Amino acid sequence: MDRTVAQLAADLRAKKVSSVEVTTELLDRIEAAQGKLNAFITIDRDGALAQATAADARLVQGDAPPLTGVPIAHKDVLMTAGLRTTSGSRMLENFTAPYDAHVVTGLRNAGTVLVGKTNMDEFAMGSSNENSYFGPVRNPWNVEYVPGGSSGGSAAAVAARLVPAATGTDTGGSIRQPASFTGICGIKPTYGVCSRYGLVAFASSLDTPGAFARTAEDCALMLNAMAGHDARDSTSLDRPREDYARDLGKPLAGVKIGMPDEYFGDGVDPDVSAAIESALAQFRKLGATTVRVQLPNVKLSVPVYYVIAPAEASSNLSRFDGVRYGHRAKDFGDLLDMYKKTRAEGFGWEVKRRILVGTYVLSHGYYDAYYLKAQQVRRLIADDFARAYRECDVIMGPVAPTAAFKIGDKADDPVQMYLNDIFTIAGNLTGAPGISIPCGFDRNGLPIGVLIQGHSFAEAKLLNLAHQFQQATDWHTKVPA
Amino acid sequence: MALTLDDVRRIAHLARIDIDAAQADDVHRKLSAIFGLIDELNAVDTTGIAPMAHAQDVTLSLREDKITEADQHALFQSVAPAVEDSLYLVPRVIE
Repeated sequence: MDRTVAQLAADLRAKKVSSVEVTTELLDRIEAAQGKLNAFITIDRDGALAQATAADARLVQGDAPPLTGVPIAHKDVLMTAGLRTTSGSRMLENFTAPYDAHVVTGLRNAGTVLVGKTNMDEFAMGSSNENSYFGPVRNPWNVEYVPGGSSGGSAAAVAARLVPAATGTDTGGSIRQPASFTGICGIKPTYGVCSRYGLVAFASSLDTPGAFARTAEDCALMLNAMAGHDARDSTSLDRPREDYARDLGKPLAGVKIGMPDEYFGDGVDPDVSAAIESALAQFRKLGATTVRVQLPNVKLSVPVYYVIAPAEASSNLSRFDGVRYGHRAKDFGDLLDMYKKTRAEGFGWEVKRRILVGTYVLSHGYYDAYYLKAQQVRRLIADDFARAYRECDVIMGPVAPTAAFKIGDKADDPVQMYLNDIFTIAGNLTGAPGISIPCGFDRNGLPIGVLIQGHSFAEAKLLNLAHQFQQATDWHTKVPA
Repeated sequence: MALTLDDVRRIAHLARIDIDAAQADDVHRKLSAIFGLIDELNAVDTTGIAPMAHAQDVTLSLREDKITEADQHALFQSVAPAVEDSLYLVPRVIE
């Protein structure tokens, strides 16, 4: 039953199993796991079974697209027509999306069956999934630990074998970090490759839809269905279509892997460092070479991010005013009071803090000191990477300084929480793609992921490296008890 | 630049978020810690560095000035808190 997307798509096509059978079994598992993991916000049993029935009919007809009948889940930040879309917030607790996000349409057109919407940090702001209005998601490897965030529900669902794949979005590490914390694969493509249309906006210059699955091959299949130009997103790139699975089988001889000094220094847990070192040894065994590189400004990516992302968020979230959609306070006086009470009730504290930070850095007299400064340092960080890629093809290191932490450990200290994203944020600031793949466990038995980063549009290369690693190792086959 | 409690009240007003006196101290403490992190940027010399607003160097494309969307206002207003005669209702602002 625990088939990958590729295996399941093939078995459905060969009629070894029907989509209704698979979908029913996964729905049963999802419902059974809900009390333990809280991975879902909405489960759509009736809708999923109707889609599965239609998929089975299509498979009989013989004109079925590549992922016909494969059940998946969407992060609840992506709009799904006719289905509740909450973004993890009380603000949208009863919001039914009037249309599909572009990537949702892409996966529908590829034939997938949508089983439900996964839990997440409110408006994708968080690294632990403790900020959801619908309660925290728990890590399937140990329910006392966080699954990472913000796409923690999608990651936990794939790790616990509730779905073979799920979507996520990544603004500062929200796909790569939870993939690492739950022992699965997560790909954040190049900014502009997947349209943001229908993605509830957090930080528009950083938000990137992507995917979770257990194998690199499955990530490639998901990306094939999600990528593509969309005129409805002005930042969607008009490029020739790619087959992201085209290079999976390529040997790695001659590939140069950059190891940034800044990713291998103090502050990284020794278990994480050891797992990364042994992953690099495996890549060398596969024919790659490693070279030291320097990214002197990468340590500034966290402060840069906490200016730029809140600034964009404060603007994006101004739309939640209790007028056109979402929560409206019950008792209020005038219009101003209605706005203030609605937003006080509808947003959780992390979201409020980020709106306030963003409002401050954009306010009169502070713009140059904060926002302009952050954009200049963003340039310095991008220049570091451009220089490094003259010496190497890809850059590798840990996804996060530690494996998953305990629920509650960092909940009252925003800065400690933010520092967890120190290795992933640069990918959002530069727009470059990254994939996290499992490569070991720490002393507590919690998964560790290695981050493979490349220059823009290097997805096929990253997937090639990840796939070759997975052909030679079995970390991706480990299942939580 | 230390953030004051008055700054917190001012930006909460600008952001249209009610924060009562009991909450303001905790918000002030946490925002001050966040600005402590952000202030690390002050140590960097950025003289002459062109700001980077966006990861991709793309220009906005133009399209023909013609209607491409169907009228779906009833669907879009079906999720609104208060609607009458296709208008969004809010408290009276003009007497």
